[in-house]
Amino acid sequence: MMELLHEIVVSALIVVGTLFSLVGAWGMVRLPELMSRLHAPTKAATLGLGGLLLASMLHFFFIAHGLSTHELLITLFIFLTAPITALFLAKAYLHRNVDPRRGVPRPGKHGWSTFDRIDEDKARGPTQR
Amino acid sequence: MIDYAIAFGFAALSLALLLNLLRLFRGPTAMDRVLAVDTMVINIIGVIVLYGIQQHTAVYFEAALLFAMFGFVSTVAYCKFALRGDVIE
Repeated sequence: MMELLHEIVVSALIVVGTLFSLVGAWGMVRLPELMSRLHAPTKAATLGLGGLLLASMLHFFFIAHGLSTHELLITLFIFLTAPITALFLAKAYLHRNVDPRRGVPRPGKHGWSTFDRIDEDKARGPTQR
Repeated sequence: MIDYAIAFGFAALSLALLLNLLRLFRGPTAMDRVLAVDTMVINIIGVIVLYGIQQHTAVYFEAALLFAMFGFVSTVAYCKFALRGDVIE
């Protein structure tokens, strides 16, 4: 009974996780431009990897009868770094390829903080020079 | 049953890696290519974890963790370089 449960759960998690990875890669090929393309892999691939790591954790829980925490470490790391990567990619793309006057929607009263010019001397402070 | 699931998983992950490679070749901007490499790193971590399940060994988790760290650091370094023209100022 336990054997069957083990097989069903681990197989289902592997299939679902890899399908999510495939959907993420497919979305990255199909979507039209980078800002929409960011959405597919950074969500679907991490969800797929989450499923795979859960499958691995359950598999080693069933065959070794002890909980291993390495997978949790990888999952935590991936989930923490995925939004940072997406944010950095979007910021670099906006600065390199988008005209701040025409390429983005009109901002409200305060403008787009990404495109704000920082006064270099003011940002660096008076002691440096 | 797990063996069939693992075979299916390897096939799906290989296809995903090929699609990422297509984006890496085609991507019009440099940021598309960085995104493709980042996704490839995530998929390769999946392949390593799947191989660990297949071989019934927990040796490969350290490799997966190292891949995760280096993938994140390299993506951030690429973006920083694209933004500022320098990695460490």
